[in-house]
Amino acid sequence: MPVEVKGGQDVRSFVRTLVKEQGSEKAELIPILHEINRELGYISDEAIQELSDRMHIPTSHIFSVATFYRMLSTEPRGRHVIQFCESAPCHVAGGRQVWQSLQKELGLENGETSADEKWTLITTSCLGVCGIGPVVIIDHDIYGNVTPEQVPELLKNYD
Amino acid sequence: MAYFRSHVLVSIDPVCVEKGAYDLIRALQDELVKQGLIDEVEVLETSRIGNPVSEGPDLMVYPEDVHYTNLTVKDIPFLVEEQFLKGRVAEEFVHEAEADLDEEFSAPRSKEVRVVLKNIGEIDPLNIEDYIALDGYMALGKVLTEMTPEKTIQVILDSGLRGRGGAGFPTGLKWRFIRAAEGEPKYMICNADEGDPGAFANRRVLEGDPHSVIEGMIIGAYAAGSSQGYVYCRAEYPIAVQTLRIAIDQARSLGLLGENILGTDFSFDLEVRMGAGAFVCGEETALMASIEGKRGEPRPRPPFPAQKGLWQKPSNINNVETYANVPKIILNGAEWFASMGYEKSKGTKTFSMAGDVKNTGLIEVPFGITLREIIYDVGGGIKGDKAFKAVQTGGPMGGCLPEEYLDLPMDYEALGKAGSILGSGGLVVMDEDTCMVDIARFFMEFTQDESCGKCTPCRVGTRRILEILTRICEGKGRPDDIDTLRYLCEEINENSLCGLGKGAPNPVKSTLEHFLDEYDAHINEKRCPAKVCKALIRFEIIDGTCTGCTLCARNCPVQAISGERRQTHVIDPDICIKCGICEQLCPYDAIEII
Repeated sequence: MPVEVKGGQDVRSFVRTLVKEQGSEKAELIPILHEINRELGYISDEAIQELSDRMHIPTSHIFSVATFYRMLSTEPRGRHVIQFCESAPCHVAGGRQVWQSLQKELGLENGETSADEKWTLITTSCLGVCGIGPVVIIDHDIYGNVTPEQVPELLKNYD
Repeated sequence: MAYFRSHVLVSIDPVCVEKGAYDLIRALQDELVKQGLIDEVEVLETSRIGNPVSEGPDLMVYPEDVHYTNLTVKDIPFLVEEQFLKGRVAEEFVHEAEADLDEEFSAPRSKEVRVVLKNIGEIDPLNIEDYIALDGYMALGKVLTEMTPEKTIQVILDSGLRGRGGAGFPTGLKWRFIRAAEGEPKYMICNADEGDPGAFANRRVLEGDPHSVIEGMIIGAYAAGSSQGYVYCRAEYPIAVQTLRIAIDQARSLGLLGENILGTDFSFDLEVRMGAGAFVCGEETALMASIEGKRGEPRPRPPFPAQKGLWQKPSNINNVETYANVPKIILNGAEWFASMGYEKSKGTKTFSMAGDVKNTGLIEVPFGITLREIIYDVGGGIKGDKAFKAVQTGGPMGGCLPEEYLDLPMDYEALGKAGSILGSGGLVVMDEDTCMVDIARFFMEFTQDESCGKCTPCRVGTRRILEILTRICEGKGRPDDIDTLRYLCEEINENSLCGLGKGAPNPVKSTLEHFLDEYDAHINEKRCPAKVCKALIRFEIIDGTCTGCTLCARNCPVQAISGERRQTHVIDPDICIKCGICEQLCPYDAIEII
């Protein structure tokens, strides 16, 4: 997922294009950060610097906003991001065991990326699909009613 | 006026057209003429029927309510003969209701009254014409042509509609404040940041009936004197965001949004802003900060958003469900709405049921219904028919209520008095195998993580509570922990800047009050009555029941079990990691958790 060069553009010109398209008002900061996160996999220092130059917002402000929101990352992430819902309804439906199974299979703790950069494991807040908890999201695929035994199979689908 | 005994609706959505829907329509008409039925059976075009077509084309016959699919022109004479001449269902073409299992939203269950959820599943949310066909935007038309803004406010006031986000503030009153405030432009904001774990009613409404919310916002804007609106939708709901954007575009293209709506001199436009994963942005001032491109940190009030909100302008914030009720109130009247409900809580409320209840999912019931009715009549009772232990209402800032409260009528005031809140309508049902201390710790973990960090009582206080609860669950509880917890709960509740901090102690407070015995057992006996807290449980093999089949020993991931074939086995507690595999596998129920 982390891609430094997008369609021939480097990070800086990508950011420049974004600001040109969305506008440079402060209110556009979060939508733009979303886009950067989506394309590059995370918000790099370089991206923050370029944003600061284009939007005339201090890098400290951009950094504080990027680190405040859970769905934005300032650290590079693995090719596949696994999000596990840690909220009460999923927990009550057997989530704890699924989480343990995930950690065991991947050898990762919450927030960690595997050494081969294949996986990042994070918990997420409620996704609003509590009717089918426990829920695991891998990239954009949502899996419901997950059992600990299913975890190895789920992971096999991704290279 | 022609009266038909049957109607055939043929779907002409693009996929069906590709599969020959128009040919089918012609064939149907020809056959009906041939059989002399053309005055009795009407053929109509309709939008997509049900879910994405796999075979198609689709058609529905009413009032027989049969869904046919996979038909070709040559099947039509057979169909007409069976269905309309012989009155029989043509079985081979009936669409298999391998029902795209909607696991969270079923047909209405007993005691439900659907107002806000009425259209969901009945209309195509990506087609504004479906909404209009069910009286959509009629309310807006009525308001703009027959009512003044003040009259509109009065109707909403008379209906008794209160904020459905949880605070329960009278909506009409809020709109009146905005109208009276000084400053332009005025903003209408929809709080679609449904962050409460376990609540997903807003999500479903936005995905299934977005126009009800849009129409509600436009009516509110007219009443309050606003010209610009924002729907702040959490980023964890990408389908809702997408659906809203499409719906807004469609409304705008029909002149229902933008300049001179429906030809009047009222103008209002709407935009979707996405969150980025912060529970605290459901708090109104944090929400506004987020729209402004800042960290989602709340600020002190006064000034209130009605005076100085988004970009310091008068702003009205209402929940998705609050807006969704507005068009219905305008169309059916304030008395209709006020006739449902209980005491000061009028109308209906959606609830998202999750946890150990048989029928999880979305329901909508009138206020006044009891918890018992919701859990047992609508919810079908506890999964596995286990015993009920507690229900948490209103999200992570709600209290956990035990059995004594099951006959509590659901409304804002009653729940408040019981030490919980109505909140977003989340209901997490817990059975006898739940450890209430673990639950309190769990909710505190959530709120602690989501605390924005701005004010000390919340930022530091919740961390201290979490530390204590974690220690207790690990078997390291101390005798003075209970008093410390009580003290911290008071302090955090009284001194936090916003609702997150104020409400964070509620699960702890309510479990301390109703389940003190469990805390006692954890702290003083180092025992977890529900056998959940790993540090306080032991797995033991019952001598006398164990047959020595060795199944457990062979499957133990850490080789903690030893024993000879046909001899009672033994688990070494120092090696055992309490994964529970042995207990699950034992065919003789010879392993118990102590």
